[in-house]
Amino acid sequence: MKTPWNRFDFLLLPLLGGAFILLLWHLSSHSWSGDLPDPAKTWHESKPYVLEPWAKRGELDQGILRFTFLSLILVAKGYAIALILGTPIGFFLGLSPTFNKAFDPIIQILRPVSPLAWLPLGMVLFAKIKGINVTEVAALFTIALCSMWPTVLNTAVGVRAIPTDYLNVARVLKLSRWKTLTKVMIPATLPYMFTGFRLSLGIAWLVIVAAEMLTGRPGVGGFLWQQYNALVYEQIILCILTIGGVGFILDRLMSVIERRFKTI
Amino acid sequence: MAFLQLQGVSMGYGVPGGRTEVLADIDLEIEQGEFVAIVGYSGSGKTTLMSILAGLIRPEKGRVIFDGQDTPGPGPDRGLVFQNYSLLPWLTVHENVSLAVDQVFPQLSESERKSHTDRFVQMVNLTPARDKRPSELSGGMRQRVSVARTLSMQPKVLLLDEPLGALDALTRATLQDEISRIRLAEKQTVVLITNDPDEAILLADRVIPLTAGPRATLGPSIPVTLSQPRDRRTLLGNYDFKQIRHEVIQYLLKARPRHRTTLSRSLVLPDVEPEDITHRPPPLFAKPGSARRKSEMKTESVEVTL
Ligand SMILES: Nc1ncnc2c1ncn2[C@@H]1O[C@H](COP(=O)(O)OP(=O)(O)OP(=O)(O)O)[C@@H](O)[C@H]1O
Ligand SMILES: [Mg+2]
Repeated sequence: MKTPWNRFDFLLLPLLGGAFILLLWHLSSHSWSGDLPDPAKTWHESKPYVLEPWAKRGELDQGILRFTFLSLILVAKGYAIALILGTPIGFFLGLSPTFNKAFDPIIQILRPVSPLAWLPLGMVLFAKIKGINVTEVAALFTIALCSMWPTVLNTAVGVRAIPTDYLNVARVLKLSRWKTLTKVMIPATLPYMFTGFRLSLGIAWLVIVAAEMLTGRPGVGGFLWQQYNALVYEQIILCILTIGGVGFILDRLMSVIERRFKTI
Repeated sequence: MAFLQLQGVSMGYGVPGGRTEVLADIDLEIEQGEFVAIVGYSGSGKTTLMSILAGLIRPEKGRVIFDGQDTPGPGPDRGLVFQNYSLLPWLTVHENVSLAVDQVFPQLSESERKSHTDRFVQMVNLTPARDKRPSELSGGMRQRVSVARTLSMQPKVLLLDEPLGALDALTRATLQDEISRIRLAEKQTVVLITNDPDEAILLADRVIPLTAGPRATLGPSIPVTLSQPRDRRTLLGNYDFKQIRHEVIQYLLKARPRHRTTLSRSLVLPDVEPEDITHRPPPLFAKPGSARRKSEMKTESVEVTL
């Protein structure tokens, strides 16, 4: 049945859901969770960060957009490394059964390892290299390593799924290896690659918080951790909402790009 | 020595145990400028035979001799029109053709290559659709792009694997005329694979039946003595045409192995609940009176040899 109400469902129901959560939050902070600031207090304390999003008052006291920007830059670098390394690795895994047999088990073991475990290794790994910012490199190492796997695995699946017919066209035309790769294999794998890219971006953004917390770098995650340690709880929720919102936007953007490449 | 030749070619798929022998002892000789049609049942190994001719797969036994070379790999001088078109879906009509042209004629200038591509897109009447992708085309249009791509390579031999199989009768007739025209104009060597004896006789100089698989092999070649160009309207009443048609169909029917079929039907043994005389209380969570045993499904099958 289409009643006039149904037309506002898409707006009304999410608002109702949000209001319900706000109520739950409010009640919690006034009953069993005494330390949790209630929504009104959270908003009041977060105002300086939201209303002056670009302010820089100190290293770990900046507007929320500025923090987000810092985090995004770090994620972008780590994510770029993940794609640059992950895509060729995926191609090798997909092309060579030998390579796949050799490395698939180790990938399956490394894949579920948490960023919290990789970061200390990164710190140790790069500690002795001169002229680099060890915490930044360790953070990039962690982001790249954790977010690489969906790209690697999806690319490998995509390469294996290239129809033999397309490769036969390349053989009949006697395309060189390079041309076969660029004109046939990469375009045929693109849809799979972009699914991998989207999932990787989600993970990269997930990892940023952990990486910033452990390294104390300025950014949304670092800010969250610092405020917690300073016993200021109001901005924790602000940070969580920001992280969630940015993650959502990134995922939407990647979905749009991904659909753009679903030509096959 | 013939221009394109198969000697004692055999081919099968799979490892011992689950193996299918597809082709056995195939001998074939095709001279330059000849148009040979191979007619066979579906699934008898026609595409396999074509892939061997094109060099895409190596026969397990026997030799392929093409233009003096012994079992060469695939190349643009043997232009294959794939049964399933095999267009690259991310390229437009023009790009699909120009991929071949750019590869085969690197010595031409860019504008020469472009006009060459345009000419072949025009030849199959696809100029209005030149910037469309395969997903936006009808089956027949895709087929024509595939033909244009192969013709544009100006191969020494044209290998057509059921090129008109998916088309409606009208488009089919148009393209048959087109193939016939190109062939006569360019003295092109053509191998056509089809499941339609009429099409084979309309176009070819020789028709060779391929027996049904497994272990399909080529029958005697039946020359088509009708003069070229042939007119499909008068052909159907032509006495020679009827004779050749009869011969081809007779051979295919005779060579058909005894087909085995299994007829089966499902039977349902209904659930029969024995009457409960002890009056036990129903088990917990069970609906009173609900079936405790599902109806049983049985299949009955009979094997028939025709
Ligand atoms: N790559 C493959 N691996 C295993 N079996 C195959 C392979 N290709 C073909 N076959 C088998 O070989 C037989 C012949 O296949 P083929 O595609 O050559 O038949 P066809 O005559 O072209 O059929 P159609 O008329 O339907 O196009 C079939 O039984 C098929 O199952
Ligand atoms: Mg076939």
